[in-house]
Amino acid sequence: MSAAKGLVIIGGSAGSLDAIIQLLAGLKNRHVPPIIIVLHRKTGDDSTLAELLSIKSPVPVKEADEKDPIRSDTIYIAPADYHLLVEQDHTISLDYSEKINYSRPSIDISFQTAAEAYGKSLTAILLSGANADGTEGLKAVKACGGRVIIQNPATAEVAYMPQHALEKAGADLVLNANEIPMVI
Amino acid sequence: MDFQAVNDDNISILLNDLLEIYGYDFNEYSKASLKRRINRLFTLDKFPSFAEMRYTVRTNPEYLKRFIEEITVNVTEMFRDPSFYRVLRETVLPTLGTYPFIRIWHAGCSTGEEVYSMAILLQEANLFHKSLLYATDINPGVLERASKGLFPLSHMKGHSEKYIQSGGKKDFSSYYSANYDLAKFNSELSSKMIFSTHNLVSDHSFNEFQLIICRNVLIYFDKDLQAKVFKLFEQSLDNLGYLALGSKETLRFSSVAPNFKQLGKEKIWRKMA
Ligand SMILES: C[S@@+](CC[C@H](N)C(=O)[O-])C[C@H]1O[C@@H](n2cnc3c(N)ncnc32)[C@H](O)[C@@H]1O
Repeated sequence: MSAAKGLVIIGGSAGSLDAIIQLLAGLKNRHVPPIIIVLHRKTGDDSTLAELLSIKSPVPVKEADEKDPIRSDTIYIAPADYHLLVEQDHTISLDYSEKINYSRPSIDISFQTAAEAYGKSLTAILLSGANADGTEGLKAVKACGGRVIIQNPATAEVAYMPQHALEKAGADLVLNANEIPMVI
Repeated sequence: MDFQAVNDDNISILLNDLLEIYGYDFNEYSKASLKRRINRLFTLDKFPSFAEMRYTVRTNPEYLKRFIEEITVNVTEMFRDPSFYRVLRETVLPTLGTYPFIRIWHAGCSTGEEVYSMAILLQEANLFHKSLLYATDINPGVLERASKGLFPLSHMKGHSEKYIQSGGKKDFSSYYSANYDLAKFNSELSSKMIFSTHNLVSDHSFNEFQLIICRNVLIYFDKDLQAKVFKLFEQSLDNLGYLALGSKETLRFSSVAPNFKQLGKEKIWRKMA
């Protein structure tokens, strides 16, 4: 198993918060590539997620702003109620278009645009959830040569989303949450 | 890297066509969103090939209207970010109220939900009689809908909740009458609205305002275009006028920033020079 280069992008929905906290804690204080986290949540949660994660994470966490350059040793959280897109020039765009799969942010949109911008040097990780979001995005990651990691549905809090993606898109690695830091 | 039907080269070709034939310049829009919207439309309208799409855009002005409307994002809401409207109520409007006349510009107003929200605030602050609301957008289609004051009835519950969170004290349903599945807003509200197309990329300043509201439009522009639009807003604001942006937008890094002072943590800036 090799460490990630380029960009790591993580998508999660219902039941993924604990997995993310575990995963971030596992990074310890080492250098990491840029990490973008796209998490479904109830609207109106505002910036509390970024605040919560920055308490738990050894790596600096910020809520993504539009036009942010994507830099290593930084974790970017997609803001509530906007889609997060990755540009070819490795900056972040935000977009307030229609919800997709009942979700904004949409994991598919972030995965697809990241796949186009980073190609082979992208690692996409899909976690627990009760939604079909992420599957189309992972297909794009594969098509562009990136690496696909799916949380083991058997140990995910909600199996549906990782299971769906595993069946429809397939994975390079299927890991438990505590094993994921080893490949970042 | 491309997994989509309409690739980056195709998009540059289309953007050139739009500029050459119709004078619409989308070259300084954020690329990822534009590409996604164009591919979405390609699928939606079932074009057999990119060449077919290009031909239709070039030769069919009716389709062009649809094209522009679909590649821009028109999603909007009443009282979106209630805390923003609360600051308008509590801080901005009381100041504007001291002026003899209030001109407000909603740039990129889409289907008008924001403009009607503003009209309601002005009424509740007793400033409506001396206000004018200029509402502009690049799309004539959305403006036409905005001027009718008709919104889906199914959205009213959500709008009403946000209205209350913004500090609204009245019964929200007193502002509209239900008509089948539509809510028709009282025509008094639209009596002070002026709707007009205006392209932020290419059109000039057309008046002086005490408040300019441009939310969730600049996120679609690249930095250079944002800088130009900020200059346009600066020129169009009275001294001590206010500029309000969307919750994820900022004036901070622009060259006009030194002439503005931010109101606390809100996305509202006041022109000071
Ligand atoms: C996401 S909507 C924002 C609506 C509303 N201001 C809000 O925040 O809810 C963006 C609007 O900007 C308009 N727009 C895009 N490019 C524009 C341009 N160059 N000039 C004027 N309006 C533009 C679109 O047509 C669309 O209606």
